[in-house]
Amino acid sequence: MSMFESLAIQIVEMLIVLLAAPLLTGFVRKVKARLLRKRGPPVLQPYRDLIKLTKKEAVIAESASWLFRVIPYLVFAATWVAAALVPTFGAGLMFSWSADMIAITALLGSARFFLALAGMDVGTSFGGIGSSREMMFATLAEPAMLMIVFTLALIAGSTQLSTVAAFMLSPAVGLRVSLGLAMVGLVIVAIAENARIPVDNPATHLELTMVHEAMVLEYSGRHLAMIELSAQLKLVLYVSMIACIFVPYGLAPPGAGPRELMIGAAAYFTKLAGAGALLALFETSVAKMRVFRAPDFIGVALMLGLLATLLRFVSREM
Amino acid sequence: MTLAGDLVAIGGLLALGPAALTLSRVRHLSSLIYGGVFLICLLLTGGALRGLLAGAAPEALTLPLGLPWLGAHFRIDALSGFFLAVVNFAAAAASFYALGYGRHEKAQSRILPFFPPFVAAMNLVVLADDAYVFLLSWELMSLASWALVMAHHREGDNARAGYVYILMATLGTFALLLAYGLLGGADGDLSFSGMRGHPPSAAVAGAVLALALIGAGSKAGLTPLHIWLPLAHPAAPSHISALMSGVMTKVAIYGFLRIVFDLLGPAAWWWGVPMMATGAATAVVGVLFALLHNDLKRVLAYSTIENIGVIFIALGLSLAFETNGQGTAAALAMTAALFHMLNHSLFKSLLFFGSGAVLTATDERDMGRLGGLLNAMPLSGLFMLVGAGAISALPPLNGFASEWLIFQAILLSPSLPSWTLKLEIPAVGALLALAAALAGACFVRLFGVSFLGRPRGEAARRAKEVDRFMLGAMGALAALCLVAGVLPGYVIDALSPIVHLLVGARMAPQTDLGWLAIAPVAESRSSYDGMLVFLFIASSALLAAAVIHRLASDATRIAPAWDCGFPDSNPATQYTPESFAQPIRRVFTGFVFRAREKVDMPAPGDPRPAHFGLSIQDLVWDFVYRPVTRGVQAGADRLNRLQFLTIRQYLSLVFGALVLLLLALAIWT
Amino acid sequence: MDRLYFDIAHLLAGGLVLTSFMLLYQDRLYALLNTYALQALVLALAVGWQAHIQHAAHLYITAAIAVIFKALVIPFALHRMVAQLGVHREVESVVSLVPTMLAGIALVALSMVVMLRVTEGADPLAREDLAFALSVILLGLLMMVTRSNAVSQVVGFMSLENGLILAAAAAKGMPLVVEISVAFSVLIALIVIGIFLFRIRERFDTVDLQALDDFRGERR
Repeated sequence: MSMFESLAIQIVEMLIVLLAAPLLTGFVRKVKARLLRKRGPPVLQPYRDLIKLTKKEAVIAESASWLFRVIPYLVFAATWVAAALVPTFGAGLMFSWSADMIAITALLGSARFFLALAGMDVGTSFGGIGSSREMMFATLAEPAMLMIVFTLALIAGSTQLSTVAAFMLSPAVGLRVSLGLAMVGLVIVAIAENARIPVDNPATHLELTMVHEAMVLEYSGRHLAMIELSAQLKLVLYVSMIACIFVPYGLAPPGAGPRELMIGAAAYFTKLAGAGALLALFETSVAKMRVFRAPDFIGVALMLGLLATLLRFVSREM
Repeated sequence: MTLAGDLVAIGGLLALGPAALTLSRVRHLSSLIYGGVFLICLLLTGGALRGLLAGAAPEALTLPLGLPWLGAHFRIDALSGFFLAVVNFAAAAASFYALGYGRHEKAQSRILPFFPPFVAAMNLVVLADDAYVFLLSWELMSLASWALVMAHHREGDNARAGYVYILMATLGTFALLLAYGLLGGADGDLSFSGMRGHPPSAAVAGAVLALALIGAGSKAGLTPLHIWLPLAHPAAPSHISALMSGVMTKVAIYGFLRIVFDLLGPAAWWWGVPMMATGAATAVVGVLFALLHNDLKRVLAYSTIENIGVIFIALGLSLAFETNGQGTAAALAMTAALFHMLNHSLFKSLLFFGSGAVLTATDERDMGRLGGLLNAMPLSGLFMLVGAGAISALPPLNGFASEWLIFQAILLSPSLPSWTLKLEIPAVGALLALAAALAGACFVRLFGVSFLGRPRGEAARRAKEVDRFMLGAMGALAALCLVAGVLPGYVIDALSPIVHLLVGARMAPQTDLGWLAIAPVAESRSSYDGMLVFLFIASSALLAAAVIHRLASDATRIAPAWDCGFPDSNPATQYTPESFAQPIRRVFTGFVFRAREKVDMPAPGDPRPAHFGLSIQDLVWDFVYRPVTRGVQAGADRLNRLQFLTIRQYLSLVFGALVLLLLALAIWT
Repeated sequence: MDRLYFDIAHLLAGGLVLTSFMLLYQDRLYALLNTYALQALVLALAVGWQAHIQHAAHLYITAAIAVIFKALVIPFALHRMVAQLGVHREVESVVSLVPTMLAGIALVALSMVVMLRVTEGADPLAREDLAFALSVILLGLLMMVTRSNAVSQVVGFMSLENGLILAAAAAKGMPLVVEISVAFSVLIALIVIGIFLFRIRERFDTVDLQALDDFRGERR
C-alpha cells in the first residue's frame, strides 16, 4: 500500500474518532433515558452543545493564570493523539508504532495531570476537591492499567495495540483466565477513568460527590467545549481499545482493500453501539458509590491485573 | 581533554576553596568563585562528553600522592566519563544559577569555601582507580556537603539534619571501607585493577554486595537508610540541594556500579533480588512520604528517594538478566537505569532551582503559605511545570522515555528461569507503576498548590520574578528535559559503550530506525517515538485553538470565580497541601505509616475553635533507628563507668587487652 | 482439541479462584451468599468438565451434588437463616479490604510456587488445578481469619471445602464414597453451625464473634 493511502487511512481514523465521540455520548444518554422510561435528548444533542459552547464568549476567573487557557487545548490534543493511535476499523494505522499501550496510558495521564492542575488554578474549593480525588483514583487506575498491559504483553508478546489485535484474531489465543481477568480489570479502569457511575456521575452538578465535573467547574465557552470533547474522545478511546483487544472481529488487517475497510467500519460502529448500550444498562442498574468506596472498586482492577500477570508469569511454564 | 587535563581542572576546583577563604574581603567574591566553578565544570563536561561520544579508550594515570607504596591511581573509562559529564554539567548549571541565587545569600563565608571542593570531590570519586583515593574523595564529598548542609545551622531543624547526616555518612563510608577491605583480599591490594584480577569467593562477594548496598545505598537514599536525606538535602541552600539530590546520589550509584558490576567479578543469580526489592520499597515509600509533607524542598528530597528506588529496580533487573545470560535484556535494563539517572539529574536539579526561585521570591518553603505564583513568576513557573511533568513521566518529556524503557525491560522478564524472580518481578512492576502514578499526584500537588490558585499569604502575594541567571539555568535544564524526551534514540546510542562495559552487551542502535523512534527489542513488540508524539500534540493543540478562534468565538471576559455559586474571597478556603493529599493518605498511608487524623469539632454553640490534627508514624524510625539509638544509649551508660576507674584498673584493662590480642594471634595462626 | 480441553479446564479452575476473590470483596451478607452460590456453580462446571475429560462418571455425581447442595440448598438455607436472625446485613471485617486482597494475591502466588514445584513432571492440567485448588483453600482460610461475622466465616469454610473438591477432582480418582461423606460432613457442619448461630444470636443479640470474645473477658 502506498504511503499516501496509509496516511489517508490514518487521517480518516483520526477524524472518525473525533466525529464519533459526541455521537457515542449522545447515544449512551439516549439509551439511559429510555431505560428510565424517559424520552431523553436527541442523539445529536452533544454536537449542538459543543457548537453552541464554542460560539459563546469564554468567562475566565480573575485569579486564573495563563495555564488555565492553555490547558483545554493541551488536554484535547493529548487525548486526541492517544485516541488516534488506537485501531478502530483497521489495524494498519500509519503511526501506531509511535506509541504503544504504555505510552497511550501515559498520554491519558498527561491529560489528567493538566486537567487536575486546571482544577487547582482558579483557587476554589470545588476545583481542589475534584483534582485531589481525580488524582487519588488515578493512583489506582494507572497501575491497574499498566498491569493489564503487562498481562496482554505477556500473552501477545507485544505492547503495540495493532500487534495485540492481530494476535487476538489468530487461533493461538485460546481461552485464558488471565485474559478474562484483564478484560474485567480494563472495564473497571475504563469506568473509573471516564468518570462513569459507580465511581463518578457524569450528569451531576452541585453535589459534593462529583469529581470530574468539579475540576472543570470554572470552564465555560470554547474551553468547556474542548474539555467536553476530550471527555467524549476518552470514552471512545476506551471502547475502541476494549473492542480492539477483546473483540477484534471485523478489524481490517493492514493493507486491506476497500471492502474489508467497509466491513471493519460497520463492525466498529456495531461495537460502539453495543458497548454504549451495555454501559447505559450498567449505569442504570448500579448506584454511585461513596467516594471512599471507589478506591476499593478500582483497587479490584489493580488486583485483577496483578493476579492476571501472576498467572501468566507462572503458567508460561506449562 | 586528557585525564591529566581533567585532574588539573579538578585541582583548580580544589584550590578555589582555600582561595575563597583567603579572599573573603574581595567584593563580588561569590560571582568570582561561582563563575570560576562554572567555567571549569563546563570545560570538564565538554571534555567528558567528547571522550564519551568519540569512544575514547580508557586512560590511567598514577600520581605519587597519598600512601607511599600505593600512589594515587586515576582512570577514566566510559562509565567514569558518563558520570563525569553528569556531575560537571549539573555543577555548571548550579554555579550559573548561583551567580544569581548566591547574591541573596547571607552566610557567604560558610558556603563559598566548601562549594568548589564539594564539586571537586565528586569528580575525584568518579575518577578514582584505587580504594584509597576513592574513600578519601568519598569522605571529602561527605564532609564538604555536610559543611554546606550546616551553612544555616541556626535555622529550624538544620543542626539536627547535619547531625543525622554525618552519622549516616560515617556508617556509609565504614561499610564501603569494609567492602573494599574484602575486595582487596588477603594481600590487601587496594588498586582497582588488582581487585578486578582476583574476584572474591561467592560468600565474600555476597558480603561485599550487602556492604555496597549499605554504603552506597545510604548515600543514595535507599530505604531504610534514607532517613538523613530528606532532612539534609532541604537544609542546604537550593543550588547545593540540587547538587546533592541530583548529582551526589548519582555519585553514590556510581560507587555501587563500580563495585558490583565492575570489581566484584561474575554475579550470582540472586543478587538482583534484594536490589529490586529494596528499590521497589524505596520508590513507594519515598513518594508516599513526599505526598505527606508540605515543605517544598523536603517533598523534592523525598521524590529523589523515589527515583533512586526506580534506578535500583532497573539495576537489579539488569543484574538478573545478565546472570541468566540474557545480554540484550540486561543491556536494555542498564540503559534504562543510566538514562533515568541522567534524566533525574536534569529534572531534579531543575526542580530544586525552581524551589530556590520560590524561596528567593517569597522567603517561604511551606507550600501551605504559597499559591498563585505562576502569575507573578511566569517563566520560573513554566520551567517548574516542565520539571514536574518530566518527573511525573509525562510524554513527551524525558522522564517518560526512561520509565518506558524500564517497563519494557520488566516485560522481558518472564523468560527468566528462577521462580523467585518470576514472582518478584510482576510485584515490582506493580509497585513501580504505583510509584509512578503517585509521583504524578505528588507533583500535581506541589505545582498546583504553590504555583496555582490564589496566594495564601502576604509573601506569596508580593512575589517577583527572579533574575536572569537563575532563569537561564532553569531554562537550559528544562530545554534539555524536552530534548532528551523527544530524541531518546540518540541518548540510548550514546549510552551504549557504558552499557557494554557494565553488562557485556548492548542494545541495537536506535538512531537508524527512522522517524527518530526507539524500539528496544523489536519494532513489532514495542516502539515509541517522542518526537512524533510531541509534534502531534503540539500541532493538534494549535490546530484546535486556531480553528476555534477563527471559526467560532475568541471573545473572553474576566469575571469573579463561579465556584458553584458560593465563591469565597478568603484564600484560606482553597485546597491546602494537606487536604489535597487527604484521599491518597486515607487510601494508602493508613496502613503503611499509621497516618491518623484527629478532628476535634466543638458542639454547636461552643465557641471553642475546631481542631484538625494529623499524626504520621515513620515505622523505619520506630523499628530500626529507635532501638539502635536506645541500645547505643544503654551501652554508653554502661561504658560511662570506665571514666571513673583507678590507675590500677586502667592498667589492668590495657594488660587484659594485650593478652587477649596475643591469644587471638596464637589461635589464628 | 486437546488444547481447547485444557484451556476450558484452566478457565473454570481460574474462575473458581476469581470467585474466591469476589467472596473476599463482598461487603453485604446477601451478596456474599449469592457469590458463594456462583462459586458452587463454577465448581460444578469445573468438576463436570473434568468428568468429561477423564470419562469418569462418578465425577458427574460430584458436580450434581455441588449444584444441588452448594449452589441451591445451602445458600437458600443461609438466606433464610440471615433473614430469620434479622442480623446486620453487612460483613464486619477485621482487616480492611485492600490489605486482605493483597494478602490473597500473595497466597495465590505462594500456592502456585509450592504446587508447581512439588508436582513437577505431572500432568500439566492436574498441576494447574492443584495450584488453583490450594489457592481457593488458602483464600477460604483467609476469609475465615479476616471476617468477624459468623455467617461469613461459615461461607469461608465452605469455599475452602470447594477448593478441596476441586483438588480431588483434578487428582483423578477420589472414590465417590469419600466425596459423599465429605458432602455430608459439610452439611452436618452447616446444621451444627446454624444451630450454633441461633444460640449466639439468642444470647448476645448479634452474630459478631467479637461478642464471644467479650463474653470470655478477652480484649483485643
